[in-house]
Amino acid sequence: MATSTPPAKLELRPPPYPLDALEPHMSQNTMSFHWGKHHRAYVDNLNKQIVGTELQGKSLEDVMIRTYNKGDLLPPFNNAAQVWNHDFFWDSMKPGGGGKPSGELLKAIERDFGSFEKFSEEFRSAAATQFGSGWAWLVYTVNPRPSDGKELLVLKTPNAVNPLVLGYTALLTIDVWEHAYYLDYQNRRPDYISIFMEKLVSWDAVSAKLEVAKSRVA
Amino acid sequence: MGSFSLHASCLAKHNLPWSNGCSQNLNSLRIPALRGPGFLSRKASKILAFYGLKSPPYALDALEPYMSKRLLETHWGEHHHGYVEGLNKQLEKNDILYSYTLDELVKVTYNNGNPLPEFNNAAQVWNHDFFWESMQPGGGGMPELGLLQQIEKDFGSFTNFKEKFIEASLSLFGSGWVWLVLKRQEKRLEVVKTSNAVNPIAWDDIPLMSLDTWEHAYYQDYKHDRGKYVNAFMNHLVSWHVVTARIIRAEAFVNLGEPKIPVA
Repeated sequence: MATSTPPAKLELRPPPYPLDALEPHMSQNTMSFHWGKHHRAYVDNLNKQIVGTELQGKSLEDVMIRTYNKGDLLPPFNNAAQVWNHDFFWDSMKPGGGGKPSGELLKAIERDFGSFEKFSEEFRSAAATQFGSGWAWLVYTVNPRPSDGKELLVLKTPNAVNPLVLGYTALLTIDVWEHAYYLDYQNRRPDYISIFMEKLVSWDAVSAKLEVAKSRVA
Repeated sequence: MGSFSLHASCLAKHNLPWSNGCSQNLNSLRIPALRGPGFLSRKASKILAFYGLKSPPYALDALEPYMSKRLLETHWGEHHHGYVEGLNKQLEKNDILYSYTLDELVKVTYNNGNPLPEFNNAAQVWNHDFFWESMQPGGGGMPELGLLQQIEKDFGSFTNFKEKFIEASLSLFGSGWVWLVLKRQEKRLEVVKTSNAVNPIAWDDIPLMSLDTWEHAYYQDYKHDRGKYVNAFMNHLVSWHVVTARIIRAEAFVNLGEPKIPVA
């Protein structure tokens, strides 16, 4: 697979569906601010921070990992990671989403969590208990392999931190910064999380990511 | 801190659709029966610590148009109320943390940077009480007299202080608070940023004024525009009267004057 040269300026990528496509579960109003203002500002501010530095021209992931700097964050990290996180978040949802996964993904979830319901419970709990701003994730991990042999884990991270910089492969995420749900749900984060699981999550996207992750290891 | 609003005045004043926030305080009290067999020999029923939801010192629409009634109903009525309820639930199961004032509870649960589970709720109750009191209708403008002098001494000018405060508010990433603080050891004013629920009383400094920069504090009125919110706060909401009262009180504990060394 040929790799393309990263552009000199990073661009704001639109979600893979129109801004009103996730109504009524995630309103167009929310999407216009969340993508149009927040996500856009992360991109613009990141470009401003890296212009004229050695980070300019590198890929987003590259910038993110370098500025994570093994936990001693450099200033562009917050913006870089938030750009990546939001790209990933839009991909984690789709119109008419929700329901249950199937095939290899469902098997893996049942193997590592006991049942889909137990996974759902753990994921919802992580999302609800992340105090302050952050994200909840389903991740795939092979290296390092956890001592109990499980490949799938639920993680929660604060602010802009994501599993990539921690060495995992991300499969699914939910944004629990307040700006992600405030216009539609105000303080009712658990309701937002429920709707996300029942109506928005794109199990197709998650399955595809698991396949890619496994093929890299094989 | 740690006092609770009276049931009737709380309901009447705010006409809120829910009532358990006000009646919670009374319902949580468990008073042993005054009659019945073994009253005198029976141990007191389960001891509970609890804290109340303190009302802001103004009506919920008093800060319009800079902070709307709708926002205050959610911020105070749901978020702040939620922290109080969450704290009381946690304390129901914990008899070691009984009988602290709210200040003491925040410091104890901060546990020198290794916070106990109760810290987030305790500190957020404290933080919100303090925040409502840091604002007033018709606020903003400039401090006067001794307070202004101290600000000019420690920041160069009021404008410098204001710029620093605004810059801190805009650069705080994630959820948190921005404070004007009197540093106890250094005996000077500083602008300090803290994340999530963290609060300068945890390391024994003296907060004088705060701004809530959690997104829930401004999203309904200002959406993503934190800059507009911060400016509205500085120009129209911050209560320099309250800050003055706080620094006067602080001077009982921190000597801000030059030491008076008698000349031989």
